[in-house]
Amino acid sequence: MRNMRWSGGLAVAGLLLAGCGGGPGGGGGKISNDKIVLAVLNDQSGIYADTSGRRSVEAVKMAVADFKAKYGDKAVTDKIEVLSADHQNKPEIANSKAQELYDRQHADVILDVPTSSAAFAVATTAKNKKKVFIDVGAASTELEGKQCNKYTFHYGYNSYMLAHSTGAEVTKDGGKSWYIVYPDYAFGQDMQKTFSTAIKEAGGTVVKTDPTPFPNDNFSTFLLKAPGLNPKPKVLGTMHAGGDLVNLVKQYNEYKLRDKGVDLAVGLLVISDIHSLGPDALAGTRYTDMWYWNLDGTARTWADKFQAKAGVRPTSNMAGNYSAALQYLEAVQRGGSDKSDEVVKQLEGHKFDDVFARHATIRAKDHLLLHDAYLGQVKPASEVKEPWDYVKVLKTIPAAEAFQPQPDPSCSL
Amino acid sequence: MLQQAFNGLVGGAFYALLALGLAVIFGMLGVVNLSHGAFYMLGAFGAFIALDSFGLNFWLSLVLVPPLLGLAGVVLERLFVRRLTPLDPLYNFLFTFGLALILQDLVKRQYGVNSQQYPRPSQLDGTVDLGLFTYPAYQVFVLGVSALTCLAVWLVLTRSRVGMIVRAATERPELTRALGIDVGRWVTPVFGFGIALAAFAGVLAAPMRAVNPLMGSDLIITVFAVVVIGGLGSVFGSVAAGFAVGLVSALGNLYIPSLSQTLVFILMAAVLLWRPAGLFGREEAFR
Repeated sequence: MRNMRWSGGLAVAGLLLAGCGGGPGGGGGKISNDKIVLAVLNDQSGIYADTSGRRSVEAVKMAVADFKAKYGDKAVTDKIEVLSADHQNKPEIANSKAQELYDRQHADVILDVPTSSAAFAVATTAKNKKKVFIDVGAASTELEGKQCNKYTFHYGYNSYMLAHSTGAEVTKDGGKSWYIVYPDYAFGQDMQKTFSTAIKEAGGTVVKTDPTPFPNDNFSTFLLKAPGLNPKPKVLGTMHAGGDLVNLVKQYNEYKLRDKGVDLAVGLLVISDIHSLGPDALAGTRYTDMWYWNLDGTARTWADKFQAKAGVRPTSNMAGNYSAALQYLEAVQRGGSDKSDEVVKQLEGHKFDDVFARHATIRAKDHLLLHDAYLGQVKPASEVKEPWDYVKVLKTIPAAEAFQPQPDPSCSL
Repeated sequence: MLQQAFNGLVGGAFYALLALGLAVIFGMLGVVNLSHGAFYMLGAFGAFIALDSFGLNFWLSLVLVPPLLGLAGVVLERLFVRRLTPLDPLYNFLFTFGLALILQDLVKRQYGVNSQQYPRPSQLDGTVDLGLFTYPAYQVFVLGVSALTCLAVWLVLTRSRVGMIVRAATERPELTRALGIDVGRWVTPVFGFGIALAAFAGVLAAPMRAVNPLMGSDLIITVFAVVVIGGLGSVFGSVAAGFAVGLVSALGNLYIPSLSQTLVFILMAAVLLWRPAGLFGREEAFR
């Protein structure tokens, strides 16, 4: 009887010790709720479901597995959970989901959040709750401008990066005059402005800009008008995405505008769009991306692993989510705590290289990730050697040139 | 300018085909079929699946897909719509809306939201010289086929016995019944026919538009505006309004692009203020 009581006591003491003694790297007591919770909040049913969606959740799970494999017993904790929620691209849903994730489900960080208006809503929630938010999917530069805050990071790409690489490079390459069409909502308007600025800075002219209804399936008016403008534009710049882009490109080919001397440049092109249209529909089109799965050996190895899990080649957005999750976990590991202020301190100014982000720095002043971007060109079908191998990388745009050289003065963290 | 007007007519061709289907269904059953856009989408997906899984080309799809989906429409009418028509119109309203969401999500589940590839038929790859300007052959084809279809439907409705019964049943169902004509017998085929028209428009759209689960819901809002402008239940009105709205939005895009998003609805509001029953509608349609 006595022996049994003793052994029970010992067992309890042992458990207590194990709990307090914690893991290496600074003590388990510094991990809230004894676990790290990563939450992916994105569009899982609407227009961006295939560019990010559930597959980004898969990518984040891969980051967790890779993190655990790397640190093993030395990991700050081995209890890492991945949650996901659908924000349907609506700011009010994004806002309530973010509150639920932070408060009730104890999320330590929210990832992805495409659609800028939804991203702004989550950024505000993150600021109020003092929780980390790493946005991968939204394009607006306001995330590191007017809307910036201490707990929000912008990771991957933005409209400045897209415009300054594609707009400037195509202009320098002889596409001096542009006709820009853009969908008439925040993203399109923002893209139109940044593209126009970049084209003018590179010595080109913008002949005309036209808003189009959103969503829209008939672009014939604009396509017919293009060759007749005075002066005749050399490049048709489209700022459309998803189904609208597919409609526009199909009709661009139908009107044979390329034969009429009007080239196509696409503001935001995702590899799944090329897959939808078939490479020949877009052959020769130049665009900028933050990553490409067949960029080099490192990217390719990861893309192979991803394909084995998800069944498709990753979009740059999915790789971005992997990287963001991994860098978050690394920051927790370095600081030994998942407390937001500590993680933010670890992330600010951090320099690194991973599968996705090369020559990367998280700029401390505005929390924008600076990393290499790529100018790509869509191959004709005859040059496509394997499924999804649609793009030739023409040029690497160094991290220092790819993004805004100076933080937006309207941002104070 | 002339070319842009032509353009508008091509866009209007789709509105006209869809509006025509909606109009005959509404006329005959008094049902506002909110799943019409979903059947347009299924038409395009039908063509895609026929090509992708069975290797059937565009022409075969154009002949096969609409009757098949029309048949699905017949089943739908027999099993569900029929039971709901005697009740408050709201029931069918909700039913067809729910059905549209279910169909959309099923396709989404299977194929994702990305657009699927569908090539133009090679025979129609080139351009056609129309005298004043050259125009993509496929678009000319779409306009021609749609105009012919609308004309054929019009002829059937005005010149044949079937058409007479359908028109009579649309305008005065009780009286037609009193004359000893079995109206109920014609309800199901008309519903199926309306659905087939939507599917037909979908197949036509596949080579020139993005084939994705949302393509129908994006378009159908405008089509409803078209039907209202034309006059609910008026067959001629819906076709005329379809082409007119296509024309107006093309010219709107040209001259006032910033307004083109709302132009159709401004037009609708204006027409309703002027003629509450729509351009060709009868007041009875609202009873």
